[in-house]
Amino acid sequence: MSPVTQAVRPTVAAPAGTARLTSGRAPGFGSHLADFGPIPSLVAEGLLEELRASGLEGRGGAAFPAWRKIEAARARGRSRGRRAVVVGNAAEGEPLSSKDLTLLRMAPHLVIDGLLGVATTLDAGSIHLYGPESALPAVARALAERPDARAIDLRPSAETFVSGEASAVVSALAGRRPVPQDRTVRLTEAGLNGRPTLVHNVETLAQIALIARFGAAWFRSVGTATDPGTRLVTVSGDVASPGVLEIAGGTRIGDLLGFAGADTAALSAVLVGGYHGAWVPAAGFSANLAREQLAPFGAAVGAGILMALDARRCPLTLASSIAGYLAGETAGQCGPCVNGLPAMAEVLHRLARGDRNAGLPAEVRRLAELVTGRGSCHHPDGTARFVLSTLTVFAEDVAAHLGGRCAKDHS
Amino acid sequence: MTARPAANARLLLHIDWTACDGRGLCTEILPELLGRDEWGYPIAPGHGSDVPVPDRLAPAAEEAVALCPRLALSLRRRD
Ligand code: SF4
Ligand code: SF4
Repeated sequence: MSPVTQAVRPTVAAPAGTARLTSGRAPGFGSHLADFGPIPSLVAEGLLEELRASGLEGRGGAAFPAWRKIEAARARGRSRGRRAVVVGNAAEGEPLSSKDLTLLRMAPHLVIDGLLGVATTLDAGSIHLYGPESALPAVARALAERPDARAIDLRPSAETFVSGEASAVVSALAGRRPVPQDRTVRLTEAGLNGRPTLVHNVETLAQIALIARFGAAWFRSVGTATDPGTRLVTVSGDVASPGVLEIAGGTRIGDLLGFAGADTAALSAVLVGGYHGAWVPAAGFSANLAREQLAPFGAAVGAGILMALDARRCPLTLASSIAGYLAGETAGQCGPCVNGLPAMAEVLHRLARGDRNAGLPAEVRRLAELVTGRGSCHHPDGTARFVLSTLTVFAEDVAAHLGGRCAKDHS
Repeated sequence: MTARPAANARLLLHIDWTACDGRGLCTEILPELLGRDEWGYPIAPGHGSDVPVPDRLAPAAEEAVALCPRLALSLRRRD
C-alpha cells in the first residue's frame, strides 16, 4: 500500500522527532495554529485513504485500525440513510492512565481538529466529547476559542473503571447508567439512538489531526512497521519520574522505563497494559513495546500503561489489592462477573496474606477460567488475565508464600 | 453436559449476562448444552457468551429462548 501523500499540503513544517502530539508550545488556539497550521480540508476519501496508509490503530486499548471503524460507520450511515454520531472518548477509568487527561490539557485543539475531521468525513449528525470532570475546563476553554466547534457537545464521564468502555459511553450519552451494554451488533451499526456511532479515543483523534496535515508517510517515519508513529504512555510505580511520555512506536521497554528514571536493575517486572494487562518480567525488558514482542507474555500495548515493580516489594500483596479493586469495580450486572471476581480476589488475598493451603493457586486459576468470556464487557477477561499473569510471572513468590518464606515488603 | 457443542454449528445461542438471573431454566431445557456454574449461571465449557448449538438441539434452543423469563437468550446464525 503506497502512502497517498499528494493529498496533503501542510502549511507549517511537520514536527520532527518523537515529540509530535506534545510538540505544541501552548494549549491556546493561536499557538496551535502557529505550531501545526490550519486543519486541511481533506475530502472524506482523502482522509480515509491517508489513515489507512498510515496504519494508525486506536489508542484507547483495543488497537483496532482507526480507519476501519470510520469506514464501517460511514457505510452503515449511507445504506440506512441515518446520520452518524461521533464521540471523542477521554474516559480513562484506569487509575494508572493519565495520558488522555494530559493530552486534553496540552493540546485540546488537536483533539478537536480530529473530532471535526472525522465528523466531516461521516457527515455526522452529532458530535460529543466525553471526558472526566477534571479535563472539562481546559476543553471548554478551547471550544470557546474557535467558531467551528460550536456543535461539539461536552459531557462529563463517570469515574468508574469500566466507564470508558464504548457501549458504556453510549449509555451515558443516552442518559442511562454509564455501564456496558449487552451487544449483538456493533456500535458502528447501531449505537446512540440506533444511529451508526463511532467512538474514538482522544489520542486517536489527535493523531488523525496530525495525519490529516502531514500525511501517512510522515506518520510512519517514526516507529516500526507494525507500530508506526508515536504513542502516549503513562509510566508509574517504582520509577523516579512517573508521568506521561510520547514515545516512538515499538520502543524497547527497558529504554522506556529509563526515560521515566527507573533503575531497571532494581525492578522485578513491569505491568504492561494496566490493571487488565500482564506482567513482563525483568528478563523481558529487552522486548519492544509492540504486539509481537509482548504476545509471549500475554501482554498488549493497550492504552500505553506501564507500572514498574521494585524487586523488594511483594508482587502478590500488590496484585491482591489490585484484584480486590477490580472486583469492586464490576458494574454489578453480570452474574459470573459479580460473583466470580470477588471470589477470585479473595483466594488471591488469602495467598498474599500467608495462608499456606497448597490448593490456593489452582483455585485462583479455576476461577479465572470460569469468569473468562462470561460478561457483557471484557472486565472479567481482563481481570482474569492480570491474575493469571501474576501467578505465572511470580511463580517463585507463590512458592515462597506457600512455603512461609516470602521475605519481601508486604506494605 | 454430555455432548461437546459442535464446532461447525450454524446457530449461536447468545447469553445476555446483564439480564440473566441465574435461576437456570435454560439449563433444564438444554441439559446437553448448558450446565450451571457454582452461582447457578448457565455455562458451556469452552464457550463464553455465544454457545454453538448443534442442529439437532436447535428446537430445544428455540424453546429456551422463548421460555427464558428474563429474555436473556437469543439465537442467531453464525456469520
Ligand atoms: S462483565 Fe462485569 S463489568 Fe462488564 S458489564 Fe458485566 S458486570 Fe459490568
Ligand atoms: S433461563 Fe434465562 S434467566 Fe434463567 S438462567 Fe437461563 S438465561 Fe438466565
